[in-house]
Amino acid sequence: MKKRIIYFVLFPGFFILLLAGFAGDNNYFAITAKDVEFHIPKGFPQPVYDFKNNTPTPAGFVLGRKLFYDPILSKDSSISCGFCHQRIAAFAHIDHALSHGINGLIGKRNVPPLENLVWSSSFMWDGRINHLEMQPLSPISNPIEMNETIRNIIKKLQRNKEYAGMFKAAFKDSVVNSRNILRALAQFTGLMISANSRYDKFMSGEDTLSPSEYKGLQLFRDKCGQCHKEPLFTDNTFRNTGLAMDTNLHDSGVAATNGQMLDMMKFKVPTLRNIEMTYPYMHDGRFRNLKQVLDHYTQKFTKESHADPILVEGIQLTEEDKSNIIDFLKTLTDQTFLHDRRFADPSGHY
Amino acid sequence: MMKEHVFYSLFVIAALVAAMAFMVTGKGKLSIQFQNYVEDKSLRLDSVSYKNVLGQPYNVTMFKYYVGNFRLKNIRGREYATKGYFLINQEEKNSMQISIDNFPEGEYDTLIFTLGIDSMDNCSGAQSGALDPVNGMFWAWNTGYVFLKMEGKSPASNSTARQLEFHIGGYKEPNNCIRVIRLPLKHAVKIGEKKNDIIKVQADVSHLFSAPNPVDFSKLSSVVDYKNASTIADNYATMFKIADEGK
Ligand code: HEC
Ligand code: HEC
Repeated sequence: MKKRIIYFVLFPGFFILLLAGFAGDNNYFAITAKDVEFHIPKGFPQPVYDFKNNTPTPAGFVLGRKLFYDPILSKDSSISCGFCHQRIAAFAHIDHALSHGINGLIGKRNVPPLENLVWSSSFMWDGRINHLEMQPLSPISNPIEMNETIRNIIKKLQRNKEYAGMFKAAFKDSVVNSRNILRALAQFTGLMISANSRYDKFMSGEDTLSPSEYKGLQLFRDKCGQCHKEPLFTDNTFRNTGLAMDTNLHDSGVAATNGQMLDMMKFKVPTLRNIEMTYPYMHDGRFRNLKQVLDHYTQKFTKESHADPILVEGIQLTEEDKSNIIDFLKTLTDQTFLHDRRFADPSGHY
Repeated sequence: MMKEHVFYSLFVIAALVAAMAFMVTGKGKLSIQFQNYVEDKSLRLDSVSYKNVLGQPYNVTMFKYYVGNFRLKNIRGREYATKGYFLINQEEKNSMQISIDNFPEGEYDTLIFTLGIDSMDNCSGAQSGALDPVNGMFWAWNTGYVFLKMEGKSPASNSTARQLEFHIGGYKEPNNCIRVIRLPLKHAVKIGEKKNDIIKVQADVSHLFSAPNPVDFSKLSSVVDYKNASTIADNYATMFKIADEGK
């Protein structure tokens, strides 16, 4: 009798294990509970975004990933988040100075990378978005980006059987509503964390820097680190770097959101992690390479430009200093992040 | 044995005291009926033509606004506060009647509420209910809720389609459009387990364009971001009043 029970339990158990073995191990896109654990990388501060209210789960993350890569979020099903935010570019867009959206329309800003977003207190070049969960509403409704409404997206998703099942798996209340859409996206984008570059390994003593990279790091700490503060390489403030306003785009930065003259041409201090991959540079992509950025910083600016006091006199750098700094900046490239299979597009489009 | 007796009687007394305390602070329902007006007439969408203080005709095709964080002050000067927001929408009759359960019993003589969404609640991420972005009251160009939307048409409007479009919001200084409305009640209202008076609050659309900042539609027919928003907010701060008896 006892023996029979043992077989009864063992046999199907064995079978399930076998199946799981086949399905699990080889599946590049499978997401496990371990894949969605959030850890604060060594030396990083407490995040701004609180995952406690939206704890990532494999099902929530997979739903967020599907939404991120699905053009269903745009009016004519042509543009997904992943269309503009490319994984190989740390989710910036390689080689486009300005974003390209629906019907080939060109936006007025450079696509920023998506990395370490849970440490950001505000989003976009001008900081006008105050919460990671609310951020997707901007590209969704922007007529030159996705040109869609959240109400219509909910309708489209409700009609879709696969999505219905995914919402059920991901959220206790199972409903396809704006909150669950936005929270699933935040689980996906919030876990895009870059903290394993050569710089990070140098900091933890696992790797060394070449003499020129090390000189670059010291120069960087001296001349750039106040704004591009380690370890996030941003202090989350808005600054005027002395760039002249583009006469076609008329983009005045923070001032355009609040009408304050003091905020003229102030833009967010961007992170410099993976900077090697996110060219071109600045809010409007006006500089093609890092050398041009550094040449900009060595200029003297007029009083009328209202450039930040740290920059107004021009940063003193020799050509050798510049090339050392560029060598250092390249140590911020994080191959683990750029090739992280968790963020790859399972549908294979991007 | 004796000890146990004392214990039990103490327990009974404590229970009685607790029950009495509960009876004293009974709970009722705070009910508020919103009614939208243009001057002395009930607001009607689309069909009726009104006039602003400069005599410019206009109609109203949309009128909705967020109210919340209702507080009542009782006749002894003590205030009781609630949290949460309601979207009053002229187009949805059900939205005009709001009620908040479990409000402390008492007699109250002042109603206080917020027009808008506090900065805390404006920065709390994805929400449902009244604050669900599907309600069309969330700004995407800039994070934050639109507090009040009035749309309509006026031949005086300087826009090509003769539109009026007033989308007012913003919680950051110096463009903060949150306004706290304080309305003394003409007669104290009673809230209790048996009887709950309904407070009737009237909102007058014409105030948006009159005082303290008269609006000339040929100069200003659209407010959709921080520009001129606080001008209109100062006007809507005076838009509410308690209904006269019999209305
Ligand atoms: C048409 C191209 C395009 C699409 C589609 C797009 N984005 Fe973006 N994204 C941008 C641009 C451009 C910016 C910067 C905008 C600005 O500063 O005004 C940006 C900014 C962001 C930011 C802020 C990053 C930061 O550090 O401030 C996040 C997060 C983001 N996008 C996520 C998404 C998500 C999620 C989606 C899909 C719902 C999406 N994006 C769709 C182009 C796009
Ligand atoms: C006063 C603060 C400040 C200092 C100091 C500063 N930066 Fe920046 N940096 C910024 C801001 C703000 C931007 C974005 C400007 C824009 O797009 O208009 C920026 C942009 C950049 C970019 C382009 C990033 C991108 O994603 O497009 C690079 C690269 C960069 N800085 C490198 C440096 C280096 C190297 C130094 C030191 C030599 C330095 N910065 C010093 C504030 C600063």
